[in-house]
Parts: sequence; structure tokens; C-alpha cells
Amino acid sequence: MAKIRGAVTVNTVRCKGCNLCVVACPCDVLALQSKEVNDRGYHYAYMAQPDKCIGCQSCALVCPDACIEVYRKVEQ
Amino acid sequence: MENNDIIKVENQVYKKPSLLKEVHMHYCPGCSHGVVHKLVAEVIEELGLAEKAIGVSPVGCAVFAYNYIDIDWLEAAHGRATAMATAVKRLMPDKLVFTYQGDGDFAAIGTCESIHSCNRGESIAIIFINNAIYGMTGGQMAPTTLLGQKTATCPYGRRADLNGYPLSITPLLAQLDGTRYVTRQSVHTAANVRKTKAAIKKAFLNSMEGKGTSVVEVVSTCNTGWKLSPEKANQWMVENMFEKYPLGDLKDNDAKKD
Repeated sequence: MAKIRGAVTVNTVRCKGCNLCVVACPCDVLALQSKEVNDRGYHYAYMAQPDKCIGCQSCALVCPDACIEVYRKVEQ
Repeated sequence: MENNDIIKVENQVYKKPSLLKEVHMHYCPGCSHGVVHKLVAEVIEELGLAEKAIGVSPVGCAVFAYNYIDIDWLEAAHGRATAMATAVKRLMPDKLVFTYQGDGDFAAIGTCESIHSCNRGESIAIIFINNAIYGMTGGQMAPTTLLGQKTATCPYGRRADLNGYPLSITPLLAQLDGTRYVTRQSVHTAANVRKTKAAIKKAFLNSMEGKGTSVVEVVSTCNTGWKLSPEKANQWMVENMFEKYPLGDLKDNDAKKD
């Protein structure tokens, strides 16, 4: 059966670590960096469990700083 | 399949709208303004109106909207955005004219201009961000502040006997004959973001077609002013704000005819 696989890229310079994408993700893919920070000192978001991503765009829609770009591919 | 196999241009399903500039937005982390800015940029881009759009930015947190969305902007005196938009639309009826105002601008100092431009039925779109607080100046009580809500100027909570009742201005505007489309939305979940985008698109199309005033109220959070985390602010909004400011279309003249 074809499976939909997704992936997101986070613009770590723009990200302000507001955590809204982490909450919005239905598959617990995203998390905030626990130690790493960007230029402005924010703990930016990253894909903690990339295998689980389904490319649903929920994180990108709620992101206030438009940091997230979403990619989706059907796995044969 | 590795991530690098998925992250390719042909698989891209969502990207930052190109009208949203690369500059860093000054908004606090988790602010609803960012989401609505993104939606405005997306809608203008999808409608192909970048050359025809003229926005009027308010006084308040959104005062720098002209730095973030790459279209023509004007900056109005406090509360007078709808008056300025009236002039722009009358002089250039073929343009998309919209205002982007907060509750301090639209429902406090600008109440007179807001009500009268809606009553005149000016073909402008009004995006009204209601976060129940004066966010930019440090979280003081606004007319839209809920009863019992604590702010910098009512630290024990808003009291009806002292401070009056919260002002829900959108239902007032829905009563006016000049308004074409009045709706109240929010942007705290992906589903609500999509609904708000549809509402903004409809409001912009109404402005282009000269159909009358459209008001899109977006019930928003001000997590800094409310002294909550962005996530908790969303929860607080769902639990408290939606009771006084329920979501949904308050008026849609186009729907009646169908």
C-alpha cells in the first residue's frame, strides 16, 4: 500500500521557539531544541521523529513566523 | 526513504508566501499577528493582486505591518485607518483596499470611524485583531477586555460596576446596512487558520467587486500581555474568549441569495 511520507524544513533563523508547531503536530514529530539556540537565543523547532511525519501542514499553518516549509511524497 | 529524498522542490506543498518579506518580525513568539500577516500575504498572492493591494496599517502592535508584507501601505493616525481607507478606495475604486487593525485601534479610539465607514458601506475590507488587551503599550485594559480578566490597569480583574462591560463590536457592525460580510474567526488551530484564510479571501474579493464593507474579526491571543505561554494563551482563549466572542459568520449577504 502506498504510504504518504512528509518532511518539514524549519528556518532556524526566523524561528522564535513559540512551541505552537509542536502542539499542533498530530504525530509528535516536532520538538524544540533543548540546548541549541539561534542568533536571537531562541530554542528553535526541529524534526525529532522524522519518520512519523505525514506532511499534513498543521505545523506550517499555525506558525506565526512562516518558518516551516512542508514536503510530501507518496512512498511506493 | 530518507528526508533528503522527500525535501525536493517538486514535493513542496507549503512554503512561505513570497510577499512576506524576509525581515525578522518584531512580534513576540507565538503572536497571532504573524499568522494573520501570513494569511494576508498568501491571499493577495493567490488572487494575484500584489500590484493592486493597498493596506492601511494601524497604531498598535501591527503598526509595522508595512515592513512585513510587500505591497503598498499607508499608516493612519490612531483609529483612523477606515477613514483613510475610505479616501483611498473612493479615489482608486479599482484597488484592493484593506485595513489591518487591533482592538485598541478599531474598537476603542477608532470606534466612530469604524462604525461610520461600515454604515456608509465603503467597499473596503477590515481585518480586526481582537486580543482583549492593549498589547503594544504593555497590557492595559481595553474596551474588549473580559469581565474578571486581569490586566496592568485592572490588576484585580475587570469589574462591570467600575470599568463597564466588554465591547463586542462586530455584532453591532453586522446590524448596519452598509456591511456585506461580517465574520469572526480565530487562528489557534490549523482548521481555524484555513477558515480565516477563506474569510479574508472573501473579504478581499468583496472589496475588489465594490460590494460593501467586509469585516473579519480574528479572536487572537496576546500571550505576553496575558502573561501566559503561547500554548496556554491559546487554551485560555478557547476557554474564556469564545464565550463572549463566539466564532462564525455574523452576516453574509451573498449567502442569503443562494
